[in-house]
Amino acid sequence: MSEVFDKVKSIVSPYCKNQEALAAATDSTSFLDDLAVNSARLVDIVIDFEDEFDIEVSDEEADAIRTIGDAVKIINEKS
Amino acid sequence: MNNINERVVITGMGIVAPNAHGLEDYEQALRQGQSGIRHHAHLAEHKFACQVGGIPQNMDVIKHNYLSEEALLAMNEAMIYGAVAAIDCWQDAGLPAPGDAVDWDTGAIIGTGISGLDTIGDKLVPLTNGGRVRRLGSTMVEQVMASSSSANIGGILGLGGQVTTNSSACTTGTEAIANGYFTIKSGRSKRVMVGGTEGSSLYSWAGFDAMRVLSRAYNDQPEQASRPMSASAAGFVPGSGAGILMLESLSSAQQRGAHIYAEVLGVDVNCGGQRNGGSTTFPNPVGVQRCITAAINMAGIKGSDVDLINGHLTATMADPYEIKNWQRALGRNADDMPLINSTKSLVGHALGAAGGIECVAAVLQLDKGFVHGSINCEDVHEELLPYANSIVHKTQESSAKILAKASFGFGDVNACVVFKKFN
Repeated sequence: MSEVFDKVKSIVSPYCKNQEALAAATDSTSFLDDLAVNSARLVDIVIDFEDEFDIEVSDEEADAIRTIGDAVKIINEKS
Repeated sequence: MNNINERVVITGMGIVAPNAHGLEDYEQALRQGQSGIRHHAHLAEHKFACQVGGIPQNMDVIKHNYLSEEALLAMNEAMIYGAVAAIDCWQDAGLPAPGDAVDWDTGAIIGTGISGLDTIGDKLVPLTNGGRVRRLGSTMVEQVMASSSSANIGGILGLGGQVTTNSSACTTGTEAIANGYFTIKSGRSKRVMVGGTEGSSLYSWAGFDAMRVLSRAYNDQPEQASRPMSASAAGFVPGSGAGILMLESLSSAQQRGAHIYAEVLGVDVNCGGQRNGGSTTFPNPVGVQRCITAAINMAGIKGSDVDLINGHLTATMADPYEIKNWQRALGRNADDMPLINSTKSLVGHALGAAGGIECVAAVLQLDKGFVHGSINCEDVHEELLPYANSIVHKTQESSAKILAKASFGFGDVNACVVFKKFN
C-alpha cells in the first residue's frame, strides 16, 4: 500500500473503535461500517487530513469520503 | 411497587483531588495533612495576584488508564476529572463493568460551577473570532454544554436513570447530594451518582483574582496559602477536581450486599434571597441558619447530636460569620460546639466540585473513624477564639456518629447534608 494509505490509517486510528478492522484495512474499508468511527467525528478526521497533507477539502468533497480508498484518492488529487 | 420513603445510603465514592487521586491516597493525605496547593508558573505569567492553586496531579498519565484516546479527543479537564472519579466510584460501589446493556436503575446528578471554560478560551473563541468556525470540528458542543460531564459519565457507564447537571456556584456539589437524595427517597431510582467536577481554567480563576477574594500573600509558601479560620486568612485558594458519591436506597444496597459507608439522614437547600444583609456574594445569615436547621430537623436529630462539622470555611472574612451561624442553628454554646474542620485547608476551594470533594472527605472520616486536621490556623481568628476548643488542628481518631456538612455559594444559596455512620 502507498505512503498516503498508511498515513490515512494512522490519522484515523484514534477514532476507530474496531482496531482489528483497521489493521486489516483495504481501499474498500468503510469508516462507519467497518471501522466503527462515530459519524460525528468524520469532520475531525477531514480536518486532520487537511493539516497532515496541507490541503483543503470542501464540505461536498468531505461528504463523499466513505472509505479509506475515497480518502486516499482525494488526498492524491490535491497534494 | 415503589416504596416512597426509602432510606438513602452511600455505597461508593470516587475522588480526584489536588492532594490525592483515589480513596486510599485521599484518606492518607487527609490524615497526614498533605496539602495539594502548589505554585503555578502559568498564573504568574498571566500576572495573577494569586499564583497558587489546587490542581490534581499526574492526571495526564492517570487519564490514559481510564479513557480511550478517542474518548479523550472530546474531553476537557472537568470532563476528565469527573469521568475518572465516576469510574472509581462505580467500581468502589461493586457494580458490574459496563457493557452493552443500559442500567435503568442508576442516574447521575453531576454538578459544575463553570463548565468547559478551557475549551471555550483555548479553542471556541479564538477560532470563531478568527473566522475559522469550520476548524472547530465536531467536539465543541459536547465539551461546552453545561451538562458535558454528566452526559459523558452517563455514556461511559451506560446509565438509564435521570442524567443531569446542577449548578449553584460553590453550593453545587452538596446540592447534587440533596437532589439525588430526593430522587432515591421518592423511589424514582435505586441509585444516583452525585457530586461535582471543576476544571482549573485560567479563565475561571481570573474573575475571582480580579475580585481580590483570592489568597495573594503566600505565593512563595503555597502549602500555607489556604488558611481557613485563621487570623491571617486573606482569601481563598482556587482549586479543581471531582468528588462523586454513589447514593443508593438502603433496600437495594442490602439486597446486593454492598458496603455502606454512611446514611444520608437529612438534607436542605435554600436561598437567603439576597436580603437581610445577603447579596450575590454574601449570605443572609437567616438563610444559612434555616438551611442547617431544616436539614437537622429532616434528619430527626437535635443540634446537640451533631459530632462533627465539615464547614464551607473558605479562608475569607466570612469564616467567623459561618461558625456563628452554625452555633445559632445548632442551638449550642460557643464552648460546646462539635469538632470543626475545613477540607479546603488542604485542597483549596474547588468551586462547583468543592461539595463533592469535601463530602467524600466527610464520609471517609465517619467510615474510617478519624477527623482530619484543618491546617494553617495556628493563629485562630480573634472572633473564633470562643470556639477554639472545637477547631481540629491535627488529625485525631474519632468515634463520631453524626457529621453535618454545608456549602454556600454566590447567589446567596445554601445546602446542608447530615450524614450518619452506618451500623
